[in-house]
Amino acid sequence: MEEKPLHHEEPRDDFAAKMGMWLFIFTELLLFAGLFLVYSVYRFQYPIFFHQAALELNVTIGSLNTIVLLISSMTVAMSLTALQKDNKKLALTLLFITILCAVIFLFNKYIEWGTKFEEGLYPGSPLMLKLERGHLLFFSLYFFMTGLHALHIIIGMIILLIAWFKIKKGTVNPGKFMLLENGALYWHLVDLIWIFLFPLFYLIT
Amino acid sequence: MNVIESHVTSYKTLGIILLLLLLLTTITINVTSYNLKLWNVAIALGIAGVKGYLVLTYFMHLKYENRIIRAFVLVVFTLFITIFAITFIDYLYR
Repeated sequence: MEEKPLHHEEPRDDFAAKMGMWLFIFTELLLFAGLFLVYSVYRFQYPIFFHQAALELNVTIGSLNTIVLLISSMTVAMSLTALQKDNKKLALTLLFITILCAVIFLFNKYIEWGTKFEEGLYPGSPLMLKLERGHLLFFSLYFFMTGLHALHIIIGMIILLIAWFKIKKGTVNPGKFMLLENGALYWHLVDLIWIFLFPLFYLIT
Repeated sequence: MNVIESHVTSYKTLGIILLLLLLLTTITINVTSYNLKLWNVAIALGIAGVKGYLVLTYFMHLKYENRIIRAFVLVVFTLFITIFAITFIDYLYR
């Protein structure tokens, strides 16, 4: 009797992977929702201070970063489409553009924060501690929320970078692309959060 | 083994969504530069909501997603709105 050769297949559950990613996204959304709630309550309590402090922010850099993030969100979605259509080269190029956009975003953030730091405005600085309570709350929330968002950009960038190498190696391919799909979902989350951060901090003055 | 067939979103759809998102961004930036008092907040948040909807529906493929995941997203956003509403009812009428 001939034995059937054992076929080792990696256990794989795409739906579970996606469901897990969404559950994680919900925890992230709840984290930021809590911060948005704190922001709204303090804005409600100190409307004039928040208005004055928001005028200090650089709308041009904020707008530029919004555009950069929106474009990167499209390129990462297109990269997934390209991979699904078995166009590896295009997928890699589009993913590379996405990562490049992340770097541009962080560079702009560096310039923006750098200017604030030079003015002596950073968490715990002597100038910050002398500010009125309303201004202090605005800038503390600004640094904390945009900082936490920037941290997410860095993490997203690393995930997409790993996906890039795995596509290049072929371990992420048209038949198995959950890493890129979940990485893209994470990247869209980062974009989604910025969509709300941008008007709240930079525009509503 | 549970391999799912994902919906492939066309380049064209993604491109159109980006154009819409950029258009909405331009509108927000311009509208909020006028002083419309409380309307500024309402318009900015309304537009942000539409942009968020577009990102979730098309970029995050929710339109073609499993019903369970879509229902979850709905529940989470309903939860947000409820928490915000309860908090503000508290602050406005205390």
